[in-house]
Amino acid sequence: MSGEMISEAVTSLFVLVGGAFALLGSIGLARLPDFFTRLHGPTKATTLGVGSLVIGSMVHLSTQGNGLSLRELAITLFLFITAPVSAHLLSKVALRKLGLKKGGPPDAA
Amino acid sequence: MTLFYRLLPQPILSLVILALWLGLAGSVSVGQVLLGTVLGIVLPRLTRSFWPDPPRLARPGTAARLVLTVFFDIVVANGQVAKRVLGPLDRLHPRFVEVPLDLEDDFIATILGGIVTMTPGTVSVDIDRERRLLLVHALDVEDPEALIRTIKARYEAPLKEVFQC
Repeated sequence: MSGEMISEAVTSLFVLVGGAFALLGSIGLARLPDFFTRLHGPTKATTLGVGSLVIGSMVHLSTQGNGLSLRELAITLFLFITAPVSAHLLSKVALRKLGLKKGGPPDAA
Repeated sequence: MTLFYRLLPQPILSLVILALWLGLAGSVSVGQVLLGTVLGIVLPRLTRSFWPDPPRLARPGTAARLVLTVFFDIVVANGQVAKRVLGPLDRLHPRFVEVPLDLEDDFIATILGGIVTMTPGTVSVDIDRERRLLLVHALDVEDPEALIRTIKARYEAPLKEVFQC
């Protein structure tokens, strides 16, 4: 087995895993019953889904002979900083707008 | 030393900017290093007003360990959430959990909120500054007390150690 084949296999593995988790995040978004449980889907897709895709891209580009590719690390860093902020803003608005009915915080129940 | 700190009020932030710039540029040529250095000096000054009280990184070693813990938890918990999303939904126990905070600093409490959101199964909804509570929504939780203990021991305690607060 040549080195190229191994790197391609590793790349494929990471891309497949990443795609699977992105899909799972979307399935969660579609299946889960209410806003707050739905919020769990997309935040998960970004962490492992995009994280895995990005590692796949790093492996692929780094084995092309152009040296180690580090742009992906920056992408991951920015994603990990911004994703919780957007999730936090969404849930904060939902908390104010939807009010708290079933399964609300302990003090409001 | 005072000149050093006047030029670089946040040396670690400056280094991170330089490293990010070189990573994005994809080369370590003299020109790029120079450009990254200028950005590393200018950007912390421009954004200074956003950091009224910059936290000090007291224990880099603990910080590195915390980052590894979070990555490990993300991978493990992703599998668990995947199973729950595909399984029967009526068996889920979603609920809100209030986590009392020991952290005084708003910035560090925000980091904790971010960690809680990124680790699957929990999303931080609100930081109550008066009552010093982190309101967390959990996708499936049987024992809220155990979840609170986990968050406090696994993430909050190391964060407190990292920033010595």
